[in-house]
Amino acid sequence: MADILKRNKALSVNPLKASQPIGGALATLGFNRAMPMLHGSQGCTAFAKVFFVRHFREPIPLQSTAMDQGSSVMGADENVRVGIKTIAEKSRPALITILTTGLAETQGADVQRNVREFRDANPQFADIAVVAVNTPDFTGSVETGYAATLTEIIRALVPDANEAGTCPGKRKHQVNVLVSYLLTPGDLEALRDIFELFQLRPVFVPDLAESLDGCLTDDDFSPVTIGGTSISELATLGDALATLVIGASLSKAAELLESKTGVPTYALDHVYGLTATDALLCALAEISTHPVPERLERQRAQLQDAMLDTHFMLGQLRIGIAADADLLAALIDLVQEMGAEVVVAVTSCATPLLAKIPVARIKIGDLEDMEVMSKEHKVQLLIGNSHAVATAERLGVPILRAGFPLYDMIGGYQKTWVGYRGTRQTLFDLANLVINFSHDDIPVYRSLYAQKPFSAASESA
Amino acid sequence: MKSTKDIAALLDEPACEHNKKEKSGCAKPKPGAAAGGCAFDGAQIALLPIADVAHIVHGPIACSGSSWDNRGTRSSGAELYRIGMTTDLTEQDIVMGRAEKRLFHAIKQAIDSFAPPAVFVYNTCVPALIGDDISAVCKSAQAHWGVPVVAIDCAGFYGTKNLGNRIAGDAMVAQVIGTREPDPLPMNSPLNIHDVNLIGEYNIAGEFWHVLPLLDELGLRILCTLSGDARFREVQTMHKAEVNMMVCSKAMVNVARKLQQQYGTPWFEGSFYGITDTSQALRDFAKALNDAELSERTEQLITREESRIKTLLEPWQARLKGKRVLLFTGGVKSWSVISALQDLGMIVVATGTNKSTEEDKARIRELMGENTVMINDGSPKELIRIVHEYHADILIAGGRNMYTALKAKIPFLDINQEREFGYEGYQGMLELVRQLALTIESPVWQAVRTPAPWRRVTSQERSNG
Repeated sequence: MADILKRNKALSVNPLKASQPIGGALATLGFNRAMPMLHGSQGCTAFAKVFFVRHFREPIPLQSTAMDQGSSVMGADENVRVGIKTIAEKSRPALITILTTGLAETQGADVQRNVREFRDANPQFADIAVVAVNTPDFTGSVETGYAATLTEIIRALVPDANEAGTCPGKRKHQVNVLVSYLLTPGDLEALRDIFELFQLRPVFVPDLAESLDGCLTDDDFSPVTIGGTSISELATLGDALATLVIGASLSKAAELLESKTGVPTYALDHVYGLTATDALLCALAEISTHPVPERLERQRAQLQDAMLDTHFMLGQLRIGIAADADLLAALIDLVQEMGAEVVVAVTSCATPLLAKIPVARIKIGDLEDMEVMSKEHKVQLLIGNSHAVATAERLGVPILRAGFPLYDMIGGYQKTWVGYRGTRQTLFDLANLVINFSHDDIPVYRSLYAQKPFSAASESA
Repeated sequence: MKSTKDIAALLDEPACEHNKKEKSGCAKPKPGAAAGGCAFDGAQIALLPIADVAHIVHGPIACSGSSWDNRGTRSSGAELYRIGMTTDLTEQDIVMGRAEKRLFHAIKQAIDSFAPPAVFVYNTCVPALIGDDISAVCKSAQAHWGVPVVAIDCAGFYGTKNLGNRIAGDAMVAQVIGTREPDPLPMNSPLNIHDVNLIGEYNIAGEFWHVLPLLDELGLRILCTLSGDARFREVQTMHKAEVNMMVCSKAMVNVARKLQQQYGTPWFEGSFYGITDTSQALRDFAKALNDAELSERTEQLITREESRIKTLLEPWQARLKGKRVLLFTGGVKSWSVISALQDLGMIVVATGTNKSTEEDKARIRELMGENTVMINDGSPKELIRIVHEYHADILIAGGRNMYTALKAKIPFLDINQEREFGYEGYQGMLELVRQLALTIESPVWQAVRTPAPWRRVTSQERSNG
């Protein structure tokens, strides 16, 4: 439905986009005892690490193949093999992902071959899963890098049903949930509660709520992730009742999982707002054959009440949103459900989902585009990441922070957006931002004939 | 791309003492066990604080996308440095050889949109590998649009952050410094004003503004700080200083050396962290300028400021005296911070030196004695082990290590360029003590280290039973 406006300038100003390797690292961090390694120069890893540390306020396991002048020119196969081996020896993780950068791809790296060479030379590390993914930063975004990495992990580590003897429905309560980057650790916790009310056991793939939820443990230090989907659990995905996939960007990963396991797929683009949450509950009711629990019905009624309360502030509100496609679609549905108008929508790269999003136009661009278009369309509220805060300041409008990275607030990674309760809180947050700004005050008029004292000063005196 | 010879020349820094031995600061990183940034990172840190310049990162998105506007450096006016700009190269650009063309138009766009006094173009790995000639593009852009366009050839794979600092400094000396004469001095000053530069001062969190009023009072005009709160037109005039101060580190020592070579400007090394070092730096200026009146003014100012700040610090000193510190700054600022902590009566039990030069290390030994623990392995695990082994009360390190410390329930102070507080000068010491006391004395350590009540009961029962 939407017109897609392509990039039309040479210089990207105030980029919205974060790179594919960042997305790949994020997906990896949702697995237990995992270590992502970027195949590039050291800076690729250092920048990505700072990016995540500032967002999650957690130590982030992330390594580098440390390409230098020599290996950039002469070939870096050795860097990949040595890198995997060093991590294997030092930390013995359950999963290592090798994520290529623009540098490695331009050079012509063949990381899949490097992994095979490592395997052949090091049978003692056969128990460590090693997955190589092509995630150059000259194409795609966080979203595509995340999806590609998840797809490759499923390809490598979920066994085919006929090989492993798995059978859909063998585990009567298990539902596989493939989750897009748009779900926060807080969202996953909320979803787990909802699943459990239907007496279902969700297996999140990946599970950032277990690894990056800001939890203090007894151990002082771990070089690898301390929680997340366990690699051994991937072998059980074929026994689940169903697979729920949240996020259009994961459609390929979901197709692959279904073709490997035969477990039926239920696909949702997101779980923001009343309609989307209704769709989730219908799916869960169908999968579990339980009716929707009373507690959720009550939460639904609470959300409806909140929608009534907030529609005065949010109705006809002119909103500008900058986000990657999955998140953009979710936010647009959420605010349109309230009668708000999304007059500016900016995203980082082209994806198939964009054309389906119900707005007039979507700009593939940066935060400068958002700023220019917001001025033109007299936007009253922005939704975007922490970088967009400066944009909002220049425009003089409030901003709701969403997406990656969120570095100028505490607990952004933990905010719950999904379900009736998450949606209700988001509506409150939105309404509070505009409660004093959304309408133009009527200018004071003083009658020529009024008998009031002459000036404000004399009136107060 | 820089040739191996160019890079070797930059690594071979005659003014840097560690150069005479093995390249201890530049050991080859091991794949899978590497930490630290790249040359692009270093170059960007060194020059981004020049606030009115359009800084364009030439490369695909990762280099700029996850790093723009994330530094703590502050400007007193121009804000252009906070605008992220990148050519955001696509696969098409790279495969079809369109990257140079995109860069050319990008420079034009930056000039049209922001009218900057200059454009800096940072090279990154991918364009370096495909052989983009960014110098030629910059020259041509400058000729077309009449705005200085400076090429900084700092692809990440050339080497470390430290190398990147030098590449940046080199670019300033070769392309910017000496292209304009300083503004005339104000006529009405009763003082004999001297022109000086600071090299390697980044004005993190605005901390240099604690020092600048003192320099004004002494009659020292800062032609330029490279690069905190600097403007392009200031960098252009650096050749006219009477003396240069290298602040805190040897990262841009090549600038000081080359200015001495080309313009005969003497330089000294100093720091504004801590009372002792701040006073020393002011004295060194007076000494280098060889101005008796200035020396006298300096001594008066030092006496006044030291006594003022010592009174204010007294109550804090009592609280911090004898506290044990593990300092891990990646080496660059080690010795300068040690002196500040010793001024407070704190004990530095160990310090990181994996990026320090031999001369930095010699200074550390001088300050802390021969038996000082010098940490070369900066892995989080090793840091935590040393904190425990030496009973440190606090870890002072870069932001990257903050959450490592917190997870291990160890008090922490951030000292790197992302931090939000300024510690320089006499006045900065007050902020430093406040931040130190804030974390060391916090009640939260007790709360996070004590097990939940029901756990405590069971462990007691167990010992009873």
